[in-house]
Amino acid sequence: MTAAIEVDEVSKRFGATVALDAVSFTVDVGTVLALLGPNGAGKTTLVRVLTTLLVPDSGHARVGGFDVQKDARTIRSMIGLAGQYATVDELLTGRENLELVGLLYHLDKELYRTRAQEALERMSLASAGDQQVKTYSGGMRRRLDLAASLIGQPPVLLLDEPTTGLDPRTRNDLWGFIEELVAEGTTVLLTTQYMEEAEHLADTIIVLDAGHIAASGTSDQLKDQLGGNVLEVRVTDRDDLDRAVSMIADLGSASPRTNPDLNQVLLPVTDGARVLIAAGRALDDEGIALDDLGIRRPSLDDVFLAITGHSASSSDTNPPSTGSTHD
Amino acid sequence: MTDLAIRLPTIRVARLSPRLAVRDIGGVTKRNLRRIVRTPQLVFMSIVQPTLILLLFRYVLSGAIHVPGIAYVDYIVPAIFLEAVLLGGMTTALALAQDLQAGMIDRFRSLPMARSAVLAGRTFADICRNALALAFVVMLGLLVGFRFHNSVLACLAGLGLVLLFGYAFTWVYAAVGLAVKDPQTAQMAAILPMFILFFASSALVPVATLPGWLQPFAANQPVTVTVNAVRALFEGGPVLHDLWQSVAWSVAIVVVFLVISLNLYRKATA
Repeated sequence: MTAAIEVDEVSKRFGATVALDAVSFTVDVGTVLALLGPNGAGKTTLVRVLTTLLVPDSGHARVGGFDVQKDARTIRSMIGLAGQYATVDELLTGRENLELVGLLYHLDKELYRTRAQEALERMSLASAGDQQVKTYSGGMRRRLDLAASLIGQPPVLLLDEPTTGLDPRTRNDLWGFIEELVAEGTTVLLTTQYMEEAEHLADTIIVLDAGHIAASGTSDQLKDQLGGNVLEVRVTDRDDLDRAVSMIADLGSASPRTNPDLNQVLLPVTDGARVLIAAGRALDDEGIALDDLGIRRPSLDDVFLAITGHSASSSDTNPPSTGSTHD
Repeated sequence: MTDLAIRLPTIRVARLSPRLAVRDIGGVTKRNLRRIVRTPQLVFMSIVQPTLILLLFRYVLSGAIHVPGIAYVDYIVPAIFLEAVLLGGMTTALALAQDLQAGMIDRFRSLPMARSAVLAGRTFADICRNALALAFVVMLGLLVGFRFHNSVLACLAGLGLVLLFGYAFTWVYAAVGLAVKDPQTAQMAAILPMFILFFASSALVPVATLPGWLQPFAANQPVTVTVNAVRALFEGGPVLHDLWQSVAWSVAIVVVFLVISLNLYRKATA
């Protein structure tokens, strides 16, 4: 299989901050790779390198076999970029935005007009196509942004947090569009802070933490790294949390993690049923009141926590409207 | 998938022909003109200040200022034309800083378009906006008693010189907008050099009446030679010396700031 994207030892620092630390990976043609990580992990920096917006300090990156530095213009003609900060012109109509991008992709006028109309219909924007974008909702802007990145029918699509800040229904719609594009053969690299997004869309997931790759694989492979299941205990009274941890710690296959905000203890286990009974008995004997006790498959959140030592979603508090923050 | 496996290796190396570059510039100019037409309030805001200065000097201060050989209204109004296009050019800085912050520049830079098109398209659209502002100030000037005293051709050449000078300064403002990146700061950063050049010149009073230490600077800077040339074109009289100096300044400013702006654009990030 051909690699659509190759990243080879790419490093980038901003002053004292290391944004990317010798990152290497490849994305096969027609597959979806998700870069998963919190703000500041280096996701956007990597997208900016791959879209020729940023020159790496060292290392090489290639898209479709072309070097991002030497063949920048060729790469720009074969990629589509959609960002978390919907980059469409507020004062232009949806159609004018798409036609402008089509013109700048150097398509013939007839072709970009047809494609703009098609893209509007496809993204359910046909009726709003001739209204100025400033009248659009957040979801409509995001769809228009994605539509703009498709006008050139690029074989490689880079999506920087495509659904950050969107409501669940709009997010599902966008996932549907992205899946359609992948079914048509588009290679997609997307960044996300959402586990379920990576799980839903990606063939391969790369966990990025503070500029380096902490883990990579399919979501099942990542979960298997954790081994088995997770015992989840939620105590009623937070004061009981430490006592509960000491009661069940020995039952697990790895050390337990606590989440005081949720009165929660999470314990990786291999022999789920036996541990569940033993834990229930021990906690009951100790007189600790529980809100919840159960065994579940580890989520990618658990995996991220286990790999990096901190949660991916804890820093997921930035609204998408903060403009100039770049990680 | 097979379709793409076939498509990817056949991607052709993208090259930019002059024809495509011109088409890119046209596309961006059209986009910017649409933005100008859809925010007419910004065009009117940009002529409020020249209007106030004009009324101040025409009616409040003109009695106290005597310029030999010319009615003061005919002396001050050409300077106001120049001020209008210089102030108008500040929106170039503002608009580019806004595009940077909104992420439009990132979008443009990720497209296979000509690198120069974003800046050229900006400055070309701003010429049109400047022409509109100038037309308004010319009408205002005629209302307060200004008159053209030379041939139609010479007067049109004078207005053309004003627009050329304004155009040269949009490149200065383009560099300012890309360098400071923040729309508010861009406006402040742009206004300072403009006021120094405008006030320390022959725009409002003859250079000979300025303090001695200021005169060498004032006599030789671009606003002075341009406003002198424009007045001569409107009034008649010797013009060649100031005219070629003004054109030379404009060309030099464009060349220098075009290079600076393109460099800033290449590395631009919000």
